[in-house]
Amino acid sequence: MSKNAPACTPLRLHVPEPTGRPGQHTDFSYLHVTPAGATRRPPVDTQPAAIGDLAFALVRVLDADGNAVGPWAPQITPERLRFGLRAMLKTRIFDARMLIAQRQKKISFYMQCLGEEAISVAHALALDEGDMCFPTYRQQGLLMAREVPLVELICQLLSNQRDPLKGRQLPVLYSVRKAGFFSISGNLATQVVQAVGWGMAAAIKGDTKIASAWIGDGSTAEADFHTALVFAHVYRAPVIINVVNNQWAISTFQAIAGGEGTTFAARGIGSGIASLRVDGNDFLAVYAASRWAAERARCNLGPTLIEWVTYRAGGHSTSDDPTKYRPADDWKNFPLGDPLERLKQHLINIGAWSEEEHQSVQKELEAEVAAALKEAESYGSLADGHVHSAAEMFEDVYEEMPEHLRRQRQELGV
Amino acid sequence: MSEKYCPPQEPSVPPSRGEKLLGRPGESLQKTTSMTMIQALRSAMDVMLERDDNVVVFGEDVGYFGGVFRCTEGLQKKFGSSRVFDTPISESGIVGVAVGMGAYGLRPVAEIQFADYVYPATDQIVSEAARLRYRSAGEFIAPITLRMPCGGGIYGGQTHSQSPEAYFTHVCGLRTVMPSNPYDAKGLLIASIENNDPVIFLEPKRLYNGPFDGHHDKPVVPWSQHPQGEVPEGYYTVPLEAAAVYRPGNELTVLTYGTMVFVAEAAAMESGIDAEIIDLRSLWPLDLDTIVNSVKKTGRCAVVHEATRSSGFGAELTALVQEHCFYHLEAPIERVAGWDTPYPHAQEWAYFPGPARVAEGFKRAMEK
Repeated sequence: MSKNAPACTPLRLHVPEPTGRPGQHTDFSYLHVTPAGATRRPPVDTQPAAIGDLAFALVRVLDADGNAVGPWAPQITPERLRFGLRAMLKTRIFDARMLIAQRQKKISFYMQCLGEEAISVAHALALDEGDMCFPTYRQQGLLMAREVPLVELICQLLSNQRDPLKGRQLPVLYSVRKAGFFSISGNLATQVVQAVGWGMAAAIKGDTKIASAWIGDGSTAEADFHTALVFAHVYRAPVIINVVNNQWAISTFQAIAGGEGTTFAARGIGSGIASLRVDGNDFLAVYAASRWAAERARCNLGPTLIEWVTYRAGGHSTSDDPTKYRPADDWKNFPLGDPLERLKQHLINIGAWSEEEHQSVQKELEAEVAAALKEAESYGSLADGHVHSAAEMFEDVYEEMPEHLRRQRQELGV
Repeated sequence: MSEKYCPPQEPSVPPSRGEKLLGRPGESLQKTTSMTMIQALRSAMDVMLERDDNVVVFGEDVGYFGGVFRCTEGLQKKFGSSRVFDTPISESGIVGVAVGMGAYGLRPVAEIQFADYVYPATDQIVSEAARLRYRSAGEFIAPITLRMPCGGGIYGGQTHSQSPEAYFTHVCGLRTVMPSNPYDAKGLLIASIENNDPVIFLEPKRLYNGPFDGHHDKPVVPWSQHPQGEVPEGYYTVPLEAAAVYRPGNELTVLTYGTMVFVAEAAAMESGIDAEIIDLRSLWPLDLDTIVNSVKKTGRCAVVHEATRSSGFGAELTALVQEHCFYHLEAPIERVAGWDTPYPHAQEWAYFPGPARVAEGFKRAMEK
């Protein structure tokens, strides 16, 4: 034993574990949920160093009864909230239908965002047209809130002849520039640095548009995330860095990404970035925090990091079975509930929604999704071989096709 | 300074060695000046910053100080710190923000301080910049130029001497360019900045201040004594995907680029072999026609590069010549390259494929 070491047991490696595995009951006290309305709301021009506490607290607006309480309760019309609930419902119905389509082998692969709908939908409502989102594969709510035609999305999922991405990307890895939705890479974390670059470009050009970057808790461990924080801070980039902490990265609990005993919002503090930790299942809190961050960015006050605390209710993808590594009833016990139910309750409380309307909107959206799927299927699918031609495989590698690719295309005989 | 004619606004073919810059009737006069490669590169960025508001220049030490090799000296003062600026020491960050800026609509020109430092940016280059146009079906592009000094000959040891071109020529979607003289450096850099594909722009740092033929014990020759140190002051381009016949010859085709162009020239003169030296300039996509025409003429081929031999870019060149010129070849294709070791510090000249080693390769290619 070293002379300088205190007398104690041998060293041992700490490998974090979740509090619940299959057959057990998760102890969610590690989330340190604070009551709705309890967290302070500083002015947007606050110094990042003055709000370190907000990286450990939890911004919440909706209480257990569905009432909006506290300083973060936003100014938003019932009409916008109704639109938001509808977009969340549409997202959920779309996901459920596409999941079935994957099981029916119509789609090769799918990723749902069940339980996380409020984050992307409310965030989209808080942004302006022309702002650019750099999403991951679980922000389809941005597309629903920006009313991208469903047929267009489903054609991408089917990889058919009308797939805007010409069959080059896995389903779900959309690119929808007109909706401010950057091409999804599939390589994790790279887009966060790019979002900072986009924001820097907007600042260089004296634009008024801002960027919004998305990353999951798991991939915050990538160097690109930390690089993005440094660049965002250095150049005071007009960017919102959204960390969606849904507790799970495929089978890996968020503690393995470094969440144990700290928060992902806390990553921003050392970088000098204003950082908030927010209830991601609280539509009003998401909207309010997003507005706060967007206003900071637009006023040259710099970047904001927001950790959205939520729960990935479904599998990572259609290739994943979460019951193998976590309790099957985990979502039911998750203390922040279901974002859809919570906003619905609030709207009912303020007299802007009803069970009857909910039922009829649900039916209407189910019919809309079914009709869109039917139409998209009429344009073919990967399964029936009606895909973009093999000749198109050689396009867009370069702006103009170089000679060697022409030769290879000829060699393929297309 | 002298005044000569050369095309002002359209892609121009650079002069072969010794040839004068002659203009066609009606073309305007453009002044030329003797420039080092550093000055030529700076002039290219200066011209493009002036011409296009969307051009921005950044990298480590690039702003106020003007870069460790002084390539960006004075540009921040002239164009302001929002267009020419310093970055944190983070190559993945430099390239990552460049990709984002490109998606916005800018034309970023980023400097990686040494090509040896580019590896942290690999994901952003290989998985992002190179594939963005493809994966988004053209919705987003990465019209970025990544400048990086490469190659040895300056006692830089294994972290300041590498020639990593083969890592990039292997990546579909990237363009990889390496000039060998000030005229080409400026024209190719302007063409790269204007190109809508991502370009890896490798600058052989041993050539920054003069043509270097590998005789490290002889006095340094400045660019002012070389015809291709004579550079137009304004805008012009050297087209991408176009090789240059640096030295015409009939006995042996030499495929090379960067510093090795001058080493090959010295080897040809010292061995007395009438070699046709082709300066590839654009490594990938490349000008296959010039290569094939030359090998069909000479029937013999040697490939010369400074980078390590195995799986080097020479392997691709050798394969292409074999595929396209097999029945014209009179002897096996010869490869001369750096040894398959890291670039050593004290043994630099044993490592570097100098004129003697290159000449030996030429002689082997002439046997049989």
